[in-house]
Amino acid sequence: MSTSTAAPPRRGRPGRRRWTPFLYILPGFAIYAVFVLWPIVDTLRYSFFAWDGFTAPVFNGVQNYVDLLQDPLFHIALRNSLVFILFYSILPIVLGLILTMLLVRRRIFGLVVFRAGLFVPYILSMVVVGVVWRWIYNPSFGPLNQLLRAVGLDLLARPWLGDFTWALPAVGFVGMWVQYGFCMVLFIAGAQRIDETLYVAAKIDGAGETQQLWNITLPGLRGEISVALVTTLIAALRVFDLIFVTTRGGPGNQTTVVAMLIYDNAFVLNRAGYAAAIAVVLTLIILAISYAVLAVRMRYMSQED
Amino acid sequence: MSTQTPGARQEIRWRKIFGSTTVHVILILFLLLALVPFITIVLTSFKDSQQIMKGAFRLPETWHFDNYIKAWAQGRFSYFFRSSVIVVIPVVTVSTFFAILTGYAFGRMQFRFKRVIFFLFLLGIMVPLILPQIGMSIAFGTFWMYGAFAEVPRDLEDAAIVDGCNSWQVLWRVLVPIVLPAILAMMVLFFVWTWNDFLMALVLVSSEELRTLPLGLAFFQGRYTTNVPLTAAGATIVALPVIVMYILFQRHFIRGVTSGAVQG
Repeated sequence: MSTSTAAPPRRGRPGRRRWTPFLYILPGFAIYAVFVLWPIVDTLRYSFFAWDGFTAPVFNGVQNYVDLLQDPLFHIALRNSLVFILFYSILPIVLGLILTMLLVRRRIFGLVVFRAGLFVPYILSMVVVGVVWRWIYNPSFGPLNQLLRAVGLDLLARPWLGDFTWALPAVGFVGMWVQYGFCMVLFIAGAQRIDETLYVAAKIDGAGETQQLWNITLPGLRGEISVALVTTLIAALRVFDLIFVTTRGGPGNQTTVVAMLIYDNAFVLNRAGYAAAIAVVLTLIILAISYAVLAVRMRYMSQED
Repeated sequence: MSTQTPGARQEIRWRKIFGSTTVHVILILFLLLALVPFITIVLTSFKDSQQIMKGAFRLPETWHFDNYIKAWAQGRFSYFFRSSVIVVIPVVTVSTFFAILTGYAFGRMQFRFKRVIFFLFLLGIMVPLILPQIGMSIAFGTFWMYGAFAEVPRDLEDAAIVDGCNSWQVLWRVLVPIVLPAILAMMVLFFVWTWNDFLMALVLVSSEELRTLPLGLAFFQGRYTTNVPLTAAGATIVALPVIVMYILFQRHFIRGVTSGAVQG
């Protein structure tokens, strides 16, 4: 092609007519608007109403939000959600990074098998995950307590999901189990994209392998780390199904998270307006965190250029 | 390459002696952690109620295939399976088709309000509401296909235009064949998400016959808390199609999830 890229021919290029792109977007966007955007707008609207989900909503201004700030259950749920971030986001990323560091730039026998196997928890339905782990944690015949008793640690055996101290870490561990394979696979893919010449150059400069991991591999994964952070953080804050199928928030409110609160208010307690307000606040938190992570990433990227 | 510093050489030796075995042992431990929980559930699904007390990691003494027949018929998993199939097929095909169209517009065309519309699609992925899978899939698929289309070199498109193709023909004859692996990966993702989806069904479905597999399993578990083997059989039925899909398209799937996440 001899046409210069500086002045592309406008005639004949797809999208030359102003409305062509919109024709392509319209059907998908229409479905999206009906099923996603409209419910979002509705939620925002109902968050300013007292509404049981059935009778006519009554406008009550920001009362739902005021109630929310003073609701002790919301504070508990928020705290539990923060604990969940540790298990769902921080630990899987750290673990994934450590595993990647071990794997990368080394001949691993059966790497494909490891990669595929470690990813399996991530593809299972949360309901299946719930069945699996409720059985593992089962107080009388669950494998975990069986194992502890077999090695003489009867003292440690306990009804994990019904224990006031251990329920939240026990459910959190399941979250970590689901996420770490995902993080690792993401990081391995990123590490394989790092320019090989960087390592060669480092070697010539006399850098040891540990130094190479620290100074080339880790910085090279910056993009993947921020992506893993955003996706796992969103997943951590949205987590509902895992709780629903393992503890339903119990014992007491030990494992109640914010998304659980939304569900309970909307569909069990018939406080749809209040549930909407919680959903709006949680959305704002998610947007703020995502924005913060991406902003930090952008700053690093512009520093590099 | 013979100009290595003594430090580097020493480290290589250290890695050779200590590294390889240790790394493999660590990896195998984590592999077991990932796989053993589900494997014990599959083993349990073939046992009877007495056998499960004897040790979770043992093979079944007698293999009770009848657990599956019971779950399928009495447990109504046949109904749940049918509901899941009825939901999955239209959701995957419809969202794939429209995501290709929207992704094409974002990836290859310039137009007004592009950023605004793009942000609107992004919003749907972040909101913690229980929303229909089809809407979420189209939002995700838009980013996905945008990334895939944006990587295709301009020249191919220009050549097709010179040959007299319009934008629709460029899309289906030139671009789609090139990005087919990305489309396949996206479809596998849509399948897994829709198949595993539990929340929407929980909120929408009231009649037992219409429950999808995950929802049916959740209620089944609540009703048969003491009958672990039967619940285990149900869980295996729910997981099996996804596992088969995963084994068949493993490479596409993993590459899909990782590169998709990086673009998004």
